[in-house]
Amino acid sequence: MNARLRWRKLVSAFMLTMTGVCAFVAVLVLFFILGYLVFHGGRSINWDFFTKLPTPVGEPGGGMANAIIGSAKLLLLASLFGVPVGFFGAIYLAEFSGSKTAFVVRYAADLLNGVPSIVIGIFAYAMVVLPFKHFSAYAGGFALGIMMIPITLRSTEEFLLGVPNTLREAAMALGASKWKTIATVIVPAAYRGILTAVLLAFARVAGETAPLLFTAFGNRYWSPGFNQPIESLPHMVYIYAISPYEDWQRQAWAAGLVLLGLILIVNIVARFILARGVSVQRS
Amino acid sequence: MSASARSAVTVNLTPTSVAAPSRETSAPAPVRMNISKVNFFYGTKQTLFDVNMSVAANRVTALIGPSGCGKSTLLRTFNRMHETVRNARLEGEILLDGQNILSQDVTLLRRRVGMVFQRPNPFPKSIFDNVAYGPKINGANDPIAEIVERSLRRAALWDEVKDQLHKSAYELSGGQQQRLCIARGLAVEPEVLLLDEPCSALDPISTAKIEELLVQLKDSCTIAIVTHNMQQAARVSDFTAFLLVGQLVEFSPTPQLFTTPSDPRTEAYITGRFG
Repeated sequence: MNARLRWRKLVSAFMLTMTGVCAFVAVLVLFFILGYLVFHGGRSINWDFFTKLPTPVGEPGGGMANAIIGSAKLLLLASLFGVPVGFFGAIYLAEFSGSKTAFVVRYAADLLNGVPSIVIGIFAYAMVVLPFKHFSAYAGGFALGIMMIPITLRSTEEFLLGVPNTLREAAMALGASKWKTIATVIVPAAYRGILTAVLLAFARVAGETAPLLFTAFGNRYWSPGFNQPIESLPHMVYIYAISPYEDWQRQAWAAGLVLLGLILIVNIVARFILARGVSVQRS
Repeated sequence: MSASARSAVTVNLTPTSVAAPSRETSAPAPVRMNISKVNFFYGTKQTLFDVNMSVAANRVTALIGPSGCGKSTLLRTFNRMHETVRNARLEGEILLDGQNILSQDVTLLRRRVGMVFQRPNPFPKSIFDNVAYGPKINGANDPIAEIVERSLRRAALWDEVKDQLHKSAYELSGGQQQRLCIARGLAVEPEVLLLDEPCSALDPISTAKIEELLVQLKDSCTIAIVTHNMQQAARVSDFTAFLLVGQLVEFSPTPQLFTTPSDPRTEAYITGRFG
């Protein structure tokens, strides 16, 4: 009896330690990456990094201004395409569709979410690059936008379904049409969640490289407008990190740090928006 | 046992029965809504069977009956809220001022026939915006602020909230929220106001306030109320309909239904033998 009790306590202590260590490792990885990026990239981050174009090999200095602006442009295009499709699709799903349609759309969105990003790149290449016969910001934005659709759609739907039915009834009993109810009551009640969903989708695609390889392609110079090959931060990390030049490698670390910083900020802002008070009363 | 229980109900009834019209003493009020041969189905399950009744203008009509008898379902057909439920099907005819509501535009109908629900359901907006919602989406002749004040006064809430109109409606108590919901309904100037167990989530004092309010609203509005509380029906209503498993058992002036019910099932219910 006593031996058995000791054995039980031993197992319990072992499991507690093991699960604790695993949880700690999960947190540690993030801080390790962050620390590593700061250590290696911190030195190369200066004003020039944000304002200057890349320099030719061997010439020190230079920055990634074109990649930063390029990423911004690509993400703008991606959001303009992906967010409305995801948002309105979610409204259809949550407010109008029958359960069968909803199941099919939801399942398709989950599958699309699982499609490897390089495959989405190929698709964008075939749909946009081939017909126009050149790489462009449009192609890159299209590829990233496709990736934003399922994330926006699924989480927006969740937040819309979280709005109590009693609010829908209240609006309709006042003579609001279905569409008015959605626009003036349901979406405002869920807007914090929806905004969070959009920001998380944004942060998710901000770091994507694969879909941009043969759509946005990359560009060492400024890319005016949206119709030419364009640089992006993740792509710059890829090019610079595999280069044999120490100077470039350091800049790759710096670009990684900027990218991670951006994504972290967006994530934190999203959490903050969601946590800032519950917008719907729970009964 | 049954006699004493019934006399208890009669005592509660006294204040209303003085004012309430009965068929013998006063002319019948004009009929506002006429419900004839209403059958209702959820999918293949029938929940209302051949219901015939009417709602008198500027009177309070109460629907009573045990849980699941179909009283809420019946009330929700009066402004076609049942259509928000999938697979719901209605047969029969419901007339509002002689015109079939089933062939009217549903949003126009609901402006004329408003509804207050079981649980207070204010929008996650300010007190002002809650009341202003209806006039804003429907368009209004008077200035919105005027309508808001008038509606809050009619709902006996103005004095309590006039200094905090821009606070969130969620900061009000449950009883205040329910009166806010009534004010929100009144703001679109409905001709008929439907209330679906409006006091079931409220304390006795809030309940008393709302009952008092209903009696006042009769001047300008026709009211139909679902309640599981027989005393409440006896206190506020002029006519009462008693439903049992989807059938309308009895529909008569309230004093008559509570003192001399014509159906033994009604008597059994109001004397507390079931339900």
